[in-house]
Amino acid sequence: MNLVTVSGPPSSGKTAVILKTIDALKKQNLKIGVVKFDCLYTDDDELYKKAGIKVKKGLSGALCPDHYFVSNIEEVTQWGLDEGFDILISESAGLCNRCSPYIKDIKAICVIDNLSGINTPKKIGPMLKSADIVIITKGDIVSQAEREVFAARVNMVNPAAIIMHINGLTGQGSFELSTLLYDETVQTNSLKGMKLRFPMPAALCSYCLGETRIGESYQMGNVRKMDFEEK
Amino acid sequence: MENIHSFKIKELLNKYPFLDSFFKNNTLKISGKEHLTLRQVFAEFDEDTLEDMGVEPQLFIQQITEFITQMNTFLGKDENKVKSVTILPGNDKSGNIEGFDKLVIKQGEIISIVGPTGSGKSRLLADIEWVAQEDTPTKRKILINNDIPDKKWRFSSSDKLVAQLSQNMNFVMDLTVYEFVELHAESRLVENKDNVIKRIIEKANDLAGESFEPDTPITSLSGGQSRALMIADTAILSKSPIILIDEIENAGIDRKRALSLLLSEDKVVLMATHDPILALMGDRRIVIKNGGIHKVIETTDQEREILSTLEEMDRTILAYRTKLRSGEIITKI
Repeated sequence: MNLVTVSGPPSSGKTAVILKTIDALKKQNLKIGVVKFDCLYTDDDELYKKAGIKVKKGLSGALCPDHYFVSNIEEVTQWGLDEGFDILISESAGLCNRCSPYIKDIKAICVIDNLSGINTPKKIGPMLKSADIVIITKGDIVSQAEREVFAARVNMVNPAAIIMHINGLTGQGSFELSTLLYDETVQTNSLKGMKLRFPMPAALCSYCLGETRIGESYQMGNVRKMDFEEK
Repeated sequence: MENIHSFKIKELLNKYPFLDSFFKNNTLKISGKEHLTLRQVFAEFDEDTLEDMGVEPQLFIQQITEFITQMNTFLGKDENKVKSVTILPGNDKSGNIEGFDKLVIKQGEIISIVGPTGSGKSRLLADIEWVAQEDTPTKRKILINNDIPDKKWRFSSSDKLVAQLSQNMNFVMDLTVYEFVELHAESRLVENKDNVIKRIIEKANDLAGESFEPDTPITSLSGGQSRALMIADTAILSKSPIILIDEIENAGIDRKRALSLLLSEDKVVLMATHDPILALMGDRRIVIKNGGIHKVIETTDQEREILSTLEEMDRTILAYRTKLRSGEIITKI
């Protein structure tokens, strides 16, 4: 089985891109499953079901979504193997712009959209910088100039990535992406012992443990203060 | 290049001025550290700080090396002259072979694409953009300069084969016209930037009915002005040799001049349209049906005459539009 991790900011078009790409993959007679990670709520699993795709969803609730992802991805992989998928796609939102669920030697795709503004590539950390493929969406509603500037900025923070434009509504570009996803020589049977490409943001403080009161005397653990002296 | 981390920042910037924006976009602060090597810069941070910044030295070195290679090819290469695009037939949705033998589109030519919505125009445009090699659902094959194209057209972000202009495009940035074009020019590493920007704004004003200033915010341009600026900017600044146009609305812009501006910049123009005037402005038109090219029709002399009549009618309608807008009462046709 091939595992592919897809992530990107909320509403960037991840689900639309994956759905359209699966349409193209199905024509190659590949069996595909999806696992959708989110925080509080998602009904994207319904969209996948409607398209006839086997899907599992995981809601992290009060936990950090990416920590939740990495704690579950091995079990998800085993589920995918049991189901006999050729490709298992994991979809997760990068909510803090710093995290990145990518795993070394597992194909990593980042989805971002043209509307997010040209400084966004600079703001997104490892999720964008360490992806193998960057998909830029919503190109149909911005000017050619903005698309070119945006793609140039993405290229600057991740020069090694393949950058592709996909229209999530019409699916233009998704066939092309589908040709890059499946590699029959790759067989992922377990992720045990594999490593994340980048450490996730750390936090272990009183607020992680349920503290709600504000004020220094309630803050314990890994706490950092803003610097107001800095010029 | 192999020992990029042992060069001083100062030396790197001297040798590769474009790295300045690379450092900025990767949020690595280098001011005051120009005398250090990259290795020394990284050594100044402890692991936690690097993690905070989201920087991983090994990955960073890989990426800066890749970026320098890309930029050097980009700056050093000859103009990517695309003199012709050839489409070899595939099949439609039902598997029937398409209704043409070989379609060669030359630089400076306009081809219109007509057919009902959903008939397969997007797929044709996508086939060209992806330089299909019988490996897309239509099984079409695309040749560039009558030759099997370089794979770089598929994946390079600075060397896209196709630029697109479509009806529902907007400017979303909060910039003035000048700043906007400047940003685009900078991303293209254009020399004598100021002249190019001036020329684009002039041309755009030429195409637009109502003129605008360099310091007008792009978001407050009218529909016609926006389209004019997009077309002038794409014609002059976009490196892509092929322009795909999805309709040009008939308001606030001189469409004929817009097309001739694109052609004067040596572009190949493909234009999907439902508008009879635009369709007939093409040298040829592709008729799409059921996902495939049904026919390729050469515009006849008779059609060209009819086009003049249609244009006359178009002008008449526009004249009434102007009259109504200025508050006149219409008394006769």
